[in-house]
Amino acid sequence: MANPLAGVHAARHRLKENHPLTVLIVERLGLSVLLLWAVSVLIFAGVEALPGDFAQTYLGQSATPQAIANIRADLGLDRPITTRYFEWLGGVVQGDFGNSWASGAPVTEQITKRLGNSLFLAFFAAAISVPLAVGLGMVAVHFRNRIPDRVINIISLAAISLPEFFIGYLLIVVFAVQMGVATFPSTVYDGMPWTERLAAIALPTATLVMVVLAHMMRMTRAAIISVMSSAYMETAELKGLGAFKAIIKHAAPNAIAPIVNVVALNLAYLVVGVVVVEVVFVYPGMGQYMVDAVTVRDMPVVQACGLIFAAVYILLNMVADLVAIVANPRLRHPR
Amino acid sequence: MSDLLSVRDLRIGATIFPPGEEPQDIDIVHGVSFDLQKGKVLGLIGESGAGKSTIGLAALAYGRGGVRITGGQVLLDGEDILSMNKKGIRSIRGARVCYVAQSAAASFNPAHKLGDQVIESSLEHGLMTREEARKRADYLFEILGLPDPHNFGDRYPHQVSGGQLQRAMTAMALCSNPELIVFDEPTTALDVTTQIDVLAAIKNAIEKTGTAALYITHDLAVVAQVSDDIMVLRNGDTVEYGPVQQIIENPRQDYTKALVNVRQTKLAEARDQTDALLKVENISAAYGNGVQVLHDVSLHVPRGQTLAVVGESGSGKSTLARVITGLLPPFEGKVTFCDEELSAGQNKRSRDHLRRIQLIYQMADTAMNPRQTVGQIIGRPLQFYFGMRGAKRKAKVIELLDEIEMGAEFYDRYPAELSGGQKQRVAIARALAAKPELILCDEPTSALDPLVAEGILDLLMRLQKNYQVSYLFITHDIAIVRAIADSVAVMLQGKLVDFGPRSEVLNPPFDDYTDLLLKSVPEMKLGWLENVLATRKMESAGH
Repeated sequence: MANPLAGVHAARHRLKENHPLTVLIVERLGLSVLLLWAVSVLIFAGVEALPGDFAQTYLGQSATPQAIANIRADLGLDRPITTRYFEWLGGVVQGDFGNSWASGAPVTEQITKRLGNSLFLAFFAAAISVPLAVGLGMVAVHFRNRIPDRVINIISLAAISLPEFFIGYLLIVVFAVQMGVATFPSTVYDGMPWTERLAAIALPTATLVMVVLAHMMRMTRAAIISVMSSAYMETAELKGLGAFKAIIKHAAPNAIAPIVNVVALNLAYLVVGVVVVEVVFVYPGMGQYMVDAVTVRDMPVVQACGLIFAAVYILLNMVADLVAIVANPRLRHPR
Repeated sequence: MSDLLSVRDLRIGATIFPPGEEPQDIDIVHGVSFDLQKGKVLGLIGESGAGKSTIGLAALAYGRGGVRITGGQVLLDGEDILSMNKKGIRSIRGARVCYVAQSAAASFNPAHKLGDQVIESSLEHGLMTREEARKRADYLFEILGLPDPHNFGDRYPHQVSGGQLQRAMTAMALCSNPELIVFDEPTTALDVTTQIDVLAAIKNAIEKTGTAALYITHDLAVVAQVSDDIMVLRNGDTVEYGPVQQIIENPRQDYTKALVNVRQTKLAEARDQTDALLKVENISAAYGNGVQVLHDVSLHVPRGQTLAVVGESGSGKSTLARVITGLLPPFEGKVTFCDEELSAGQNKRSRDHLRRIQLIYQMADTAMNPRQTVGQIIGRPLQFYFGMRGAKRKAKVIELLDEIEMGAEFYDRYPAELSGGQKQRVAIARALAAKPELILCDEPTSALDPLVAEGILDLLMRLQKNYQVSYLFITHDIAIVRAIADSVAVMLQGKLVDFGPRSEVLNPPFDDYTDLLLKSVPEMKLGWLENVLATRKMESAGH
């Protein structure tokens, strides 16, 4: 009898041969979902293993064993961990992250607002830092090993070497306290006029830009330099193309993949890594929400934030991978 | 007839940065002059470092890396392109003078279609409309013998073979109807059977379009087929310059004579067949991806003699060597050495078996640790196999250095301080240090200039005579097979197509593929290419 698996295997092989791009993308998507699930397990287990207890913290001085047990029973904490995990996972899949232990309000509602605020900040930081980084990278390549290149390198290195809270406080001291031109704290609220909102996020945006700029700029520079030294750039020059045209037409398509990769990583950082910056500037985003929740052991909130951070990270990395795959003509156009 | 290109006393220099020293300015080309008329081909020939590519690129007013043109004139139709500004030079490049690089694979942008790259310069200089350029590209693809010429341009570089890419690059150069094309070793990276097609295509295209060409190569036999004149260069100086017939048939300089006479037979008569030292029986092997590379290969290496394994890239010759060394265990068949069966995997073999079979690689560069001195490199097998240390080891290393004609002064040098030929000699000494009975030589001379390669072959033959060591010599070069082999194995796509004593394999009646291979090797005669092509035409007409 023929092996039934052999047929499946052959079909998969054929599919891979004829549509390598589709297969790769589907594989990536599947892997991302798998990864996200693994992260959900890790987050749940990690939160479970955290020392401290919500009931204890919540009751403070008035914590009697009976009161603690009552609260635990109310929250369903007396049930086995696997039951609670699958209950939580079932809710998450439907977009329901449960209710906050501290306030009793649905987590999803709060998080939507907070995530909106975080994305608002991240969007402006990205809108400024990505073009600036790519542009500066190109300038650095153009003046390679000359003064402008060195200056760009030194400044960006200095910016990356300083911790973000230091940059944050430095900006506050200079622009808010001494010069009085910037708004601090950067608290935003519903119904706040746009202009005020933008003014409020000026300093945190500047901090974030300084933190992510150097990495992206240096990667752009390296990617373009490596492409510039390839033989096809010489071919372009010997065809009589001008330097600018050669870079746009022949270097750029080949430098996209590495640049997109580092941009995606930094975008992910803009959403995920803003915790410190949000706390420094008292900005009501995801990061601050999570920090507050950790201090009172409000686990549903911590879990939700952790999972969303992970999802953003995985999503952006997947997009970077997909762009790199699509940018590769070998995969787009199989033999 | 007036000269299209006239180079006057061209001087080219470069700045080099030796490690740990001040940057130095060196001269690469010291005053070279030549003239080229419309529609003619000048061959520039010489070994690496002769300055031939540098001179070729100077015809486009271009210096690669830190190379600068320091003096002289390059007159294109009487106008000195070296004195032009950037814009003027740009208007010449890709329009009036085009360049065909050695590695078409690297010189095409992987992100764009071949057709778009071929017509790019014609559009850039406003010489044609897109439609006209497309049409011309189609026509060029056709006369260059590319498959499906009307759709060829829609493919990406990775979708076509190396020989096709090289022809596409020629089409790219021809597309804008240039007055001059610089061909920089356009067939060096190709297999012989592919080379002959590309060569014929280039020659045909030059004749049909009437463009002039500078043809740069290190292979005199190749350049003799396409050139009207030849200039022999060495270390940036002209050695000899004259019509192709005079250079080939009546060279005046000793250096040219040596180039013409390279690859004379070293082994006049095949020796009597000896018994088999190594037997390979019914070997089939595959790499991890499941692609089978060797199909039922059986052959043997005669004791104290040389078996040449010849074939084109991808024929499985190097894989065979990996199977014999045990680096790639075969899934079928066995290897017998001195009547003992060898374990399939190298990690299961005894140290003595490992010692008796040694390997020399094509790239001596990558086969040596750049941070070890020559003494350490050669001394390592002495210590590993024979436990030699200290003064005894050093004495033996120096003895080996003498054996490879290098001498004790190289003991403390690093590989980076050696020339290509010297590195390969050190690799030979390292193999020899283990006192092997069999040395597998994987294309040890193909990265070397002809005269240097000649020296390596002489050395190998002398060592064989002195030590009765057997060679399994992997090569794609029939001339080497003729020069040194006692028996010959011909491989094609992982299969053995012919195997036997040299006199049988290289003399009629031939196996079909062996015949094709033999006929494709350029010979140092005028009109060889025409003859081969004519014979082919007759044969295909006869069928």
